[in-house]
Amino acid sequence: MNAEEMYQEIILDHYRQKHHAGLREPFSCQVSHVNPTCGDEVEMRVRLDGGVVADVSYDAVGCSISQASTSVMSDLVIGKTVRDSFALFEEFTELMHSRGELSAEQVDALEADLEDAIAFVGVAKFPARIKCALLGWAAFKDAAWQAVESGQSVAKKVSPHG
Amino acid sequence: MAYDVEAIRADFPILRRQVNGYPLAYLDSANTSQKPQAVIDAVAAHYLEHNANVARAMHTLGGEATEAFEGARGKVADFIGAASPQEVVFTKNASEALNLAAHTLGAGIGEGDEIVVSVMEHHSNIVAWQLLCQRTGAKLRWFDVTEDGRLDLERARAEALINEHTRIVSLAWVSNVLGTVNPVAEVGAWAHSVGANFVVDASQGVPHLPTDVAALGADLLAFTGHKLLGPTGVGVLWGRYDLLDSLPPFLGGGEMIEIVRMTGSTYARPPHRFEAGTPPIAQAVGLGAAIDYLNGVGVENVAAHERELTGYALERLAEVDGLRILGPRGVFAPDGSGQVVRGGAISFTLATRDGLEIHPHDLMQLLDGRGIAVRGGHHCARPLHERLGLQTSSRASIYLYSTVAEIDRLVSGLCYVRDFFGGRR
Repeated sequence: MNAEEMYQEIILDHYRQKHHAGLREPFSCQVSHVNPTCGDEVEMRVRLDGGVVADVSYDAVGCSISQASTSVMSDLVIGKTVRDSFALFEEFTELMHSRGELSAEQVDALEADLEDAIAFVGVAKFPARIKCALLGWAAFKDAAWQAVESGQSVAKKVSPHG
Repeated sequence: MAYDVEAIRADFPILRRQVNGYPLAYLDSANTSQKPQAVIDAVAAHYLEHNANVARAMHTLGGEATEAFEGARGKVADFIGAASPQEVVFTKNASEALNLAAHTLGAGIGEGDEIVVSVMEHHSNIVAWQLLCQRTGAKLRWFDVTEDGRLDLERARAEALINEHTRIVSLAWVSNVLGTVNPVAEVGAWAHSVGANFVVDASQGVPHLPTDVAALGADLLAFTGHKLLGPTGVGVLWGRYDLLDSLPPFLGGGEMIEIVRMTGSTYARPPHRFEAGTPPIAQAVGLGAAIDYLNGVGVENVAAHERELTGYALERLAEVDGLRILGPRGVFAPDGSGQVVRGGAISFTLATRDGLEIHPHDLMQLLDGRGIAVRGGHHCARPLHERLGLQTSSRASIYLYSTVAEIDRLVSGLCYVRDFFGGRR
């Protein structure tokens, strides 16, 4: 696989036009994550409402993979329950660690849940870039989990692993 | 005799490699250099025929290993104009050498003292001193850079950056990001005028420029073997012998001692005082072979080749729309004095025609796909990038084996990357 194939049109579109970018009020929890090896940074806010991810907003700098992945992630999780969003996190992580060895059926199954985020499947073949794709997801999970823990959500009983 | 870059390339087996279906264009030598066959052979021969511990093993192999290790020390000493091999301390890398300097010079530092570095330093020449300041209460101060990426001496003079409180000044000879060749002798003289010690981070200098530690005005000078055609795992701290002899040990352990009693120990004279434990023996032997190789080519010839190629690269890169070079735009001072003001590490940013800044990791990924190796990131110099208002940059860096054709491939690769992200596919 050449590098060009990793940069799917959908990734470039999100990189050029990020969805849900910019920090917004109100929010339940804010976190800051960095990737020290490349300097990518994300400030992320999550607002929970009754066990549902009501809003995700962020201020981020970094490569196209990290920026687009954060944008696609926010599209996916907003409106989902915390439980479902954490299940998506697990599926996306599985996709990233697949080394590109998933069967067509496995990719199709993941795509049913991950929607546009399936476009990042090629990143799994470039080990140095996996952490780029996971930066925004990790920040989201951290912020949402902290919000749940600190009682900033009605749904205190939700566990991150279902 | 004309510089024969193809003959030199033939000595570096890795340069014959294909990467992603293209011949390798290795433009990351400021990160680490490639190794000539002679260095690979020297390390192999050491393990195949002479391996033993040094200074402790009294048998034949021990004698051979010690002779080879101490011989390498002598080669390093000659290479940098040291007064004697006893001024050369082997460490594991330049970072350890700088930490050694900070720990030992730091023995007499306290509150009210000041340590001066610059904002263009590699993290290793910042953090070691920050840690010293934390331990002692001393204050860290730093040189700024000018808009064109030179050390801002004028501002430093106006602010009396170096003054009667200054105890240590530590400065890069050549910047690993901007390529800037700093006026180290001038800063050294200033440091000495207030009684401060002057430490030089020569990691990007010694591999590329003829080195004379006395002319540089250094009291201590650090560099690493792997950027100088040698193996990883061996670095050097050179020090004036009288200064080294006045400093306390750094790490405690084998071979750095004189007499050990349970009630207390006395320490060896330099350089062994600072070389606790089994040193990087084969690596030092490899570094010695690297120095022999460079001496064979002639460091002055290497420097001339790099000046010419850097000038060519700066010219070609300036033609790329959307590309901004960080640091000096020319090899020589604009005043026509003929003074060399930059080396062959060229950092830059690249934007698409509609103004989208292309992230260095995206840039290097697409270049790598065409066999071109560059570095993207903050190059272990985050404070400098922050000062320049940047998150990161991309860097192409050359060495004695780099060619005009590789620069041409870089330039056309960059135009391709720019247009790829600009939607012109």
